[in-house]
Amino acid sequence: MTHVLAAAEWGGEFDGVLEPISALFDFPAIFEFTWLGLDLMINRTILIAWLMTAIVMIVFLVGLGNPKIVPGKLQAFLEMIVEFNRTIAMEIIGPKGAKFVPLLTTFFVSIFALNVAKITPFVLLPPTSRAAWPLFLALISWVVYVGVGIKEQGFFGYFGGLAFPPGVPKPLYVILTPIELVSALILRPFTLAVRLFANMVAGHILVVITLVTIHIFLPSFPFGWMVGVAALVASPLVFGFELFIIALQAYIFTMLTAVYISSSMEAHH
Amino acid sequence: MEGSLNVIGYGIATLGPGIGLGLLIGKALESMARQPEAAGMIRTTMFIGIAVVEALALLGFVLAFAV
Repeated sequence: MTHVLAAAEWGGEFDGVLEPISALFDFPAIFEFTWLGLDLMINRTILIAWLMTAIVMIVFLVGLGNPKIVPGKLQAFLEMIVEFNRTIAMEIIGPKGAKFVPLLTTFFVSIFALNVAKITPFVLLPPTSRAAWPLFLALISWVVYVGVGIKEQGFFGYFGGLAFPPGVPKPLYVILTPIELVSALILRPFTLAVRLFANMVAGHILVVITLVTIHIFLPSFPFGWMVGVAALVASPLVFGFELFIIALQAYIFTMLTAVYISSSMEAHH
Repeated sequence: MEGSLNVIGYGIATLGPGIGLGLLIGKALESMARQPEAAGMIRTTMFIGIAVVEALALLGFVLAFAV
């Protein structure tokens, strides 16, 4: 943030709203209450999450609630999304993947909708930039792939296969077993969550810096004015780039969940 | 001069994944150009590889804030 502060010396006004940087993500509670001994609160982040979830639910109910044989535009579009996730499931998991299509579609659509709040005008805050949301999504993914592993290979089959991959010289297990267990049971969900979280945090900061640069520099005519114009020209590019990142993160989360499920399906090679 | 050493640490932590991503995507492009009919499969595998390499950079990013 010090660059923005230094920039402010060259003109325009800047009253330090971005200091510290967590001010971009922490919002005061609108409404606080206690439920089952937990201190809960409703703030801007959760309102945005509810808004995006409600929009997705309404769009899907309208589009697919009463499906027709000859699909309309909305139904065709939504079927395309489901078909896309079906392709992911079929290519990565195989014929058994059909029953995971609802889960993968839910992941893809909800992550995309929550992320796209980042570049929606008047909203401009992705709920996935708060760590709790990606962590919980990763937790669901973890429960599913460990559950599938236990169901398909049995408890000892699954964890044994994870801890002792076959075809390795016996002494190597001393090193390999901890690495494999930590990697499969802790690092997988952790990186799944952190990948989404870190991308959203970085993207949100990028969007805010672009918009704040316009805000600071554009009014200061003689000196900083050109910088403001440059940022104004760059802002559609930044938004387009963010849209690409948003779609890519939704796709990667969905695809990695499919990869993890598929690796639980069959024994370690 | 003020600042956090963590930032430099994160800068160094991006080097490895940067080299890795360069190699990975370069090789994937090469093989897609050689066998365009296998492009779909190569792209899927490339994204899985990218996700694994990217995890290292993300660990650096998180640890830069964590300490």
